Amino acid sequence: MTPEPVHNARGRTDDNTSAIIQLTLTRFREFYREPEAVFWVFVFPILLAAGLGIAFRNRPAEASRIAVVSTAASSPIVDSLDKADGVVVETLDDSAAALALRTGRVAMVVAPKPDGTIDYKFDEARPESRTARLVVDRAVQRAGGRQDPVRVTETKVSERGSRYIDFVVPGLLGMNLMGSGIWGIGFAIVDARKKKLLKRLIATPMRKAEYLASFLFFRLSLLVVEVATLIGFGTLVFGVPLRGSFLQLVAICVVSSLAFGGLGLLVASRARTIEGASGLMNLVMLPMWVFSGVFFSSGNFPDATQPFIQALPLTAVNDALRANMLQGASWGGIAPEVGIIAAWLVVSFTLALRFFRWR
Amino acid sequence: MPAVTTTPPALSVSGLKKSYGDVVAVAGLDLEVRAGECFGLLGPNGAGKTTTIEICEGLLAPDEGTVRVLGRTWKEDGPALRARLGIQLQETQLAEKLTVEETVRLFRSFYPAGRSVNEVISLVQLDEKRGARVGTLSGGQKQRLAVACALVGDPDLLFLDEPTTGLDPQSRRQLWEIIDRFRDSGGTTVLTTHYMDEAERLCDRVSIIDHGRVIALGTPRELIASLGAGHVVEFALDGASDRVDETTFAALAGVKSARRAGGRWALQVGAAHETIPLLLDTLADHDLPLTELSTHSPTLEDVFVTLTGRSLRDDA
Repeated sequence: MTPEPVHNARGRTDDNTSAIIQLTLTRFREFYREPEAVFWVFVFPILLAAGLGIAFRNRPAEASRIAVVSTAASSPIVDSLDKADGVVVETLDDSAAALALRTGRVAMVVAPKPDGTIDYKFDEARPESRTARLVVDRAVQRAGGRQDPVRVTETKVSERGSRYIDFVVPGLLGMNLMGSGIWGIGFAIVDARKKKLLKRLIATPMRKAEYLASFLFFRLSLLVVEVATLIGFGTLVFGVPLRGSFLQLVAICVVSSLAFGGLGLLVASRARTIEGASGLMNLVMLPMWVFSGVFFSSGNFPDATQPFIQALPLTAVNDALRANMLQGASWGGIAPEVGIIAAWLVVSFTLALRFFRWR
Repeated sequence: MPAVTTTPPALSVSGLKKSYGDVVAVAGLDLEVRAGECFGLLGPNGAGKTTTIEICEGLLAPDEGTVRVLGRTWKEDGPALRARLGIQLQETQLAEKLTVEETVRLFRSFYPAGRSVNEVISLVQLDEKRGARVGTLSGGQKQRLAVACALVGDPDLLFLDEPTTGLDPQSRRQLWEIIDRFRDSGGTTVLTTHYMDEAERLCDRVSIIDHGRVIALGTPRELIASLGAGHVVEFALDGASDRVDETTFAALAGVKSARRAGGRWALQVGAAHETIPLLLDTLADHDLPLTELSTHSPTLEDVFVTLTGRSLRDDA
């Protein structure tokens, strides 16, 4: 039960503990007593990583699906394609072949013409169609008697650290740090404001800084579990490498978590309704989900947009995490990213404290 | 002036004004609450009670006027003052996921000195609910918990804003007992209410507030006595009220005032047994059908009606 009470100066029994500890405990209690929150923070990222890991696992090069239009001249072509590696051939009539191409079931249609030429129908914008064209053409030409003038050999490589899963796990970690920082802090504060609990709290001698700090302590404690779960899963199940220093990884996660916590405080600093805060959070996070290189490289966007994209906190976080985990970067190597994250931390906290509405 | 006291007032407010845009909430209000008394701000919804009490609590800044709480001002001694006040706000919803004990312990942690968590939980009779989540409590239990959070810092001055609004009679009585006990232990209480029975039952002195001003001040007994009426006679005339006016009844012997609200009439009279026979005769003379007749001792409600011409529970 409770520890032995002590008597304070006014002669009252006193079993008091410090406010910051009670406030931080409150954060934990409100979190773990909300099963949905636990799911979104811990289980969802793992499910996502597992799903992506399976979808994008490194498979043997996929066979190209080819349709050959059935005419009198089609059977020698089908024979030669059947002998080629990496091709699956089916014979269809004209309209069925066109439909198969249109719906993406085949990558390319091969149509022999009466004059002996062969027509390749394919969409140049589809990578698998371009591959199919090369494979089919080589098989057809070889069957026609072409000899390759140069002998080549092949060495196949699949290196840890350069697979899609290696790319996506640090991205998911960054996205998770952002989501739990902004949602975790933002919703809790707006909810407390809506229920007039903030107003009730400032009617006590509670220090405002301790209240806000309790959210940061909570975030940092949760961070350990979040990072350990996601990285542990990536490493054990998919063999995602951890090449950089562990201390550096911890430092990146801590500063990122604080920066997103600051953004969460800022987003929640004035909103009075969950709906309002929710819209604002999506407005803040959506550009980062899209541009910051969670699922694909942020380098895919046009050069003109790069200064904007590189300045986003999540871009910096993802780049720093990948530099640490995949390249084993030096401290100097991640300094620009950490600088950007730290700038967001300082600016968002300063603004949040300035604009914060307690009523 | 009251008998000489050396204790400064627990709360003194003078010339208080507060507007929200064009809406004047408090229009020049003065109060003085003595140490150790239970003081009630009585008035209809929208009278400015909550604005007044929140200015006194240091949660709102007044447009004009001065407030001294326990002899100090918010500007100079804000943080020190907080530790000596206990506050219950009208609309606060405490965190639903915490238990009763965790909630009280959290509030206790904000105060440099105060009562033990167990003591306060017993004081508000929530011992059996100690481990229950706040979300599972009844309205009355939640309100007692809110008062526990106000008492846990062992305050000198307790502010309660509409503490029993929306509660069932038993829960109201339980809260009244808690407030009585705080008063008996020497604490000062300022509460707002729009229940006249609550003000009469709890308060040593009451100030009646309407449209942001104090319109009457005194003990409940003094205020009621100021009516000069021994009884209030209420009756209803089945749809025939338009056939008479106030003067008909005001002229009866012993009637201090006559008032009509819809189909119901209220006469403040010196003695009911003297006036009722005369009233019945008059009704018979005018061929008016009497459908209800009742009498009661005058209450603060009657004081309010007399002062404003409106009922406390009307939507003012």
